[in-house]
Amino acid sequence: MIGLQHYLVLSAGLFALGMLGLLTRRNAVNVLMSIELILNSANVNLVAFSRYASGNLSGQLFAVFVIVVAAAEVAVALAIVLTLYRLRRTPNLDDASILKG
Amino acid sequence: MSGEALVFWIFAGLTLGSAFVVVLSRTLIYSAFALLVTFFGVAGLYVLLGADFLAATQLLVYVGGILVLLLFGVMLTHRIYDLDLRSETTQLGSGLIVAAGLFVVLTAVALKTEWPGLARMPAPTTAAIGRLFLREYLLPFEAASVLLLVALMGAAMIVRRRRSA
Repeated sequence: MIGLQHYLVLSAGLFALGMLGLLTRRNAVNVLMSIELILNSANVNLVAFSRYASGNLSGQLFAVFVIVVAAAEVAVALAIVLTLYRLRRTPNLDDASILKG
Repeated sequence: MSGEALVFWIFAGLTLGSAFVVVLSRTLIYSAFALLVTFFGVAGLYVLLGADFLAATQLLVYVGGILVLLLFGVMLTHRIYDLDLRSETTQLGSGLIVAAGLFVVLTAVALKTEWPGLARMPAPTTAAIGRLFLREYLLPFEAASVLLLVALMGAAMIVRRRRSA
């Protein structure tokens, strides 16, 4: 019998993988992919709670808002990455130290 | 094993396996295509959870929008003649420790807590979600649309080539 805890553990695994990518990749586009994994794991949690523990649809509505914010975030972040690439000719985040004094 | 359990394990394996590829693959384009499989797996889980509207939204927005955007990002930030689209990894050891610790803590919390068991029977959700958006959640809905508009305009402004002023 599949219950709430199966989904919670699955989304914990997805979150941990996203965090691993966020911490270890140097390519900016790859870091963005990891952030998408983390947002997806949060969404799985919200929908699972909506199905098993709340009795109403609020969790699914929150998940829709998360998807909207993720779309906005990716658009802006990719714009920044492209501008950085134009400026520095590299997608590596370690080289983006222009603001450092 | 019931049919629901079988489908759950298939989609869970698909999601987590391709997430591994996304994070650990050394070739950037493989990561992008593995992310496609991850999004499909999560959409399958939504269907299993009775969230039909959300599963369709996941496919349309993530697979149709965000993933294409990310692929453009991959292609525009690498010289195409440079076929060696490597993505370097740093601090793998400490990153692994943090991620594994996080996973252990989250799993322990998920398994130890007594969750309220108010199960909702799966039913078509699209009409109910639409009604909630236009009544109880009207203000967040409008705020989200303004946010989306502002973010897209901002993105267009940022990437615009400036004339030398």
